[in-house]
Amino acid sequence: MTSREAAVADRPATRGPRTPAARQRRRRRSPRPMNVQFRTIISPHQLNSRWGRRIYWLVLAAVIVTFSLAFVFPLYWMVSGAMKTPEEVAQMPPTLVPAQPTLDPFFEAWDLFDIGTLLANTVYYSLGAWLFCMCVDVAAAYALSKLRPAFGNVILGAMLATLMVPPMVILIPLYVTIVDLGLLNNPWGLWFPAAANGFNIFLLKRFFDSIPRELIEAAQIDGAGPLRVLWSVVLPVSRPILGVVSIFTIVTAFKDFVLPLLVMTDSEKMTISVGLSQTAGAVTQNQVMGGLVIASIPMIIVFFIFQRHIMAGLTAGSIKG
Amino acid sequence: MGVLRRNLTAYGFLCAALFCFTVFAWYPMVREFILSFQKTDLINSPEWVGLANFRGAVQDPAFWEAWLNTVEFTFLALLCGYAVPFVVALVLNELRHARAYLRFVVYLPVMLPPIVAVLLFRWFYDPGPGLFNQILDVFGVPPLAWLDSSSTALISLVLVATWMNMGSATLIYLAALQNIPPELYEAAELDGAGVFRRIRHVTIPQTRLILLLMLMLQIVATMQVFIEPYMLTGGGPENATVTVAYLMYQFAFSQMNYGQAGALGMMLMLVLLVFAAFQLRSTREDAA
Repeated sequence: MTSREAAVADRPATRGPRTPAARQRRRRRSPRPMNVQFRTIISPHQLNSRWGRRIYWLVLAAVIVTFSLAFVFPLYWMVSGAMKTPEEVAQMPPTLVPAQPTLDPFFEAWDLFDIGTLLANTVYYSLGAWLFCMCVDVAAAYALSKLRPAFGNVILGAMLATLMVPPMVILIPLYVTIVDLGLLNNPWGLWFPAAANGFNIFLLKRFFDSIPRELIEAAQIDGAGPLRVLWSVVLPVSRPILGVVSIFTIVTAFKDFVLPLLVMTDSEKMTISVGLSQTAGAVTQNQVMGGLVIASIPMIIVFFIFQRHIMAGLTAGSIKG
Repeated sequence: MGVLRRNLTAYGFLCAALFCFTVFAWYPMVREFILSFQKTDLINSPEWVGLANFRGAVQDPAFWEAWLNTVEFTFLALLCGYAVPFVVALVLNELRHARAYLRFVVYLPVMLPPIVAVLLFRWFYDPGPGLFNQILDVFGVPPLAWLDSSSTALISLVLVATWMNMGSATLIYLAALQNIPPELYEAAELDGAGVFRRIRHVTIPQTRLILLLMLMLQIVATMQVFIEPYMLTGGGPENATVTVAYLMYQFAFSQMNYGQAGALGMMLMLVLLVFAAFQLRSTREDAA
């Protein structure tokens, strides 16, 4: 069994029994050997020794507490801050729980920041970027992988070379180009640069490369042209990678700050990140927090739903590449 | 299908991507080069000025400070953002419980728009009712000025950057650790290697390639830090947090001197390319 299979097999067991009754039963049976199919630095033997066990539970508790404090508590502070009155937010020492929780700051933030417009803009730009990106990058990766034109490798190399150049470095000339083309305050000013994504093409091409040739040849014998092969053979079997690329494209577009800051300057056309950054100085702290909470919700929902894809995608490019 | 026809179809599929890359990725690199030798404010037609932009950039009072800050920021960010995720991943990999929760939680800040993290921390850093000083107060530590003092401002920025970015590095390391064959640990144990020697002689060599790759990615990512100084300090206090990327933004959009910004961008690009080349060589040697 490879370590990864072992990790998968190990997963249900690590969750542990869920019901209180089962938990009690387990406690009575202790010390039951810990599930150690998945060998790591510490050996199963060490882990199950008397001290190994004690240290393990201690470390586990410490890690859970530290992580919760470091990553969950700030978010709790943000949400609870948004439910306090302006006086309570400024109070020293601060209250852990809002004395009189109120949802008003959320509504105030919604109006003051004009979050309805900002959010609609951001969603529109993100979905547009996704749609355009997918059309352009899938077609390009398909051509490079399966149609293999002359100079294909040169083109792929040049596309991958753009990954070496950090976005911040070409920000100014990119902005100047966008101005020259008259794309200021035009969503295409964000969508075109988003589609020029070498990493997407790399991921897609590598996946398309792994599709067996027989599958495509069978379709060709049935008389399918290149577009038909792409649509009916390549895309259906590429669902996993399409999911990964889609999510990353949408999340990146939603989170993007610098380019929208420069390109979408009309207050009617700003993204939520830029809008919040522009108005944050002019409103009270609890309203800022209200705005931040609202801005975070879409991404947190996306994370809840697509957690698996996101985690898979994180390692897709880096491990084997 | 004829060769010509196949090529035509292929380029048909490629043309949209070629357009996007040409205009919005390849051309801007060339444009940066041109820009750096021109004086332009995007209103009047540009004129050639030779090396004046480079001279202007170097002579800017914040120029050396910006480089120094960027290097310092990168160094501190690597200390926090490179070593910490690896250690965290090592520990997480040993745990048999709550794995899903811990992985979810560590990646949560990465999902948030950066502006959320930055504005949230701006509030935490508030010298008065800000969370951090209040926590210090509980332990009887005198309050810090955080962003308002030139001695703590930069490290405060590093803290935000680490908080919001460390999740992805942690999960990438975690995946790399899970790919290490368990037999290696067993063999090391039979040879009498303790926990630390197992880490040194098994874990680190086995994850060497990914460690090197991440090192370069992080250097490149932190060298272009912008949103933190832009939102939190505006480069202050006393230029203590002006980074190269921020200075570039200043040249372009405060001084309307796009040529000078382009010149600074060229310098940054050269430095990063040297890093990339260095990196490429070391990974190649490693693979050989």
